[in-house]
Amino acid sequence: MSFVESLTCRECGTAWPVSPHAICEDCFGPLEITYDYASISGHVDRDAIAARGRSMWRFRELLPIDGDTILGLEVGGTPLIRAERLARALGVDELYIKNDAVNFPTLSFKDRVVSVALTKAREFGMTTVGCASTGNLANSVAAQGVRNGFRTCILVPEDLEEAKILGTTIYDAGLIGVRGDYDQVNRLCSQIADRFGWGIVNVNLRPFYGEGSKTVGYEIAEQLGWRAPAHLVCCMAGGSLITKIGKAFRELADLGWIDRQTTSLYGAQAAGCNPIAAAVKSGADEIKPVVARTIARSLAIGNPADGYYAARSIRDSGGWAEDVTDAEIVTGMRLLATTEGIFTETAGGVTIGVTKKLLERGRLPRHEPIVLVITGNGLKTTEAVRSAGGSHPVIDPRLEEFELIIADTAAIGSGFTPSSGRSTPEPPFIGRSSCRST
Amino acid sequence: MSIHVRIPSILRRQTRGEEMVLLEGETIGEVLEGLENRFEGLRGKLRDQGGGIRRFVNVYINDSDVRLLEGITTPVTDGDEVTIIPAVAGG
Repeated sequence: MSFVESLTCRECGTAWPVSPHAICEDCFGPLEITYDYASISGHVDRDAIAARGRSMWRFRELLPIDGDTILGLEVGGTPLIRAERLARALGVDELYIKNDAVNFPTLSFKDRVVSVALTKAREFGMTTVGCASTGNLANSVAAQGVRNGFRTCILVPEDLEEAKILGTTIYDAGLIGVRGDYDQVNRLCSQIADRFGWGIVNVNLRPFYGEGSKTVGYEIAEQLGWRAPAHLVCCMAGGSLITKIGKAFRELADLGWIDRQTTSLYGAQAAGCNPIAAAVKSGADEIKPVVARTIARSLAIGNPADGYYAARSIRDSGGWAEDVTDAEIVTGMRLLATTEGIFTETAGGVTIGVTKKLLERGRLPRHEPIVLVITGNGLKTTEAVRSAGGSHPVIDPRLEEFELIIADTAAIGSGFTPSSGRSTPEPPFIGRSSCRST
Repeated sequence: MSIHVRIPSILRRQTRGEEMVLLEGETIGEVLEGLENRFEGLRGKLRDQGGGIRRFVNVYINDSDVRLLEGITTPVTDGDEVTIIPAVAGG
């Protein structure tokens, strides 16, 4: 059963029939799915959703699907954790992390959008799917595309992180490296979608694809006991995710599933690619593209297609945006790892770094609930932190050598606990990995 | 100056199916104006009332986004290829 009414232009409001198109023919504005919320409300409620399996598809009435076949039924349903150690480190009262670094199957939030896009591609009868990607999307289109029997055509900048290339080629997916940055890959992919009519998930399937991002917001609200957080910090590349999370909270309030409360949205970018944050900070209405230069490759989109809407969502919500340097990104990754045991990729380092900066500048209040959205896994961007991982001792397999190491630790002042008549010091690596900034 | 302009499929109804159009002009603004003069249906789709490139339209000279250059005043030279692409993808 479908609850989709039409594809509606966000700019001129013209309604178009559901088809694999992302742009209004009249004015070039982006097309957005509109739903029949009254029917949704009559068909499903919070209790019905709570009784379903723990995946993003428990919210299927709020996704733009017409048929019964869903590809990627296991996607989503990631943990929302109460981050008490990070909260202490940052000096805030109530902090949560939505951890999409452990999404299924490819460890990023992109698994959600791809699940929706491929389900829709199957409905449209498409047999080839593809994308322009900074890496995470490539991984997910590859894994889910292959698993569901699609031919794949995936385009990425040729110099991406090794793990993101391997995390695409391992599936025998059709990967093409392009000599150029993401914005150039993106341009080529638009032309490919135009010429070949394939299901390019973030081009002609974009209205459907983008809706998958809403499930991050639905899950956060449900996991908080059916309420929206007062504040939410999220990284931005094309600007779609933060916009869709805002939409998700609005929809839940419209359905009466949560109290209506404006969640202040805070956008996080890298200083080397900050077109949306710059627009928010300067109050500019238009997004000025930049040439991206940052270790946060997954956020390196210099001309963000949804930048305008992201900036507007942030402003309308009473939030703010910031950007952080590459060094601050690495510090952010380390801080999340050493406090909460979550190894996020560079984009997550951006989110942590920006949160710290927003708190220090008084933009983000310390005594209200804050959710941080962590979108990707650190094992995909190890290059960025190779030198920041800390060193560890290596010894021969002899007790004397071990005791020597332990004695060194005693010299630097780790605590002793008596055991079997002998003093047992803390191993050095425990001391080293404790959070110093608390 | 002879400039090749590549038209995306979404605009080819207005260009009567033509995918590549040869135009004259010294700047991007002049080329776009020439395009609108030849295909009246394109007027208002690419440029706003002030003559600037509309928000959801990307225009490239060869490999470069004109917003990163000098916008509509960016000069073009003989043999340049101008590509018009709707802003959609990302992520």
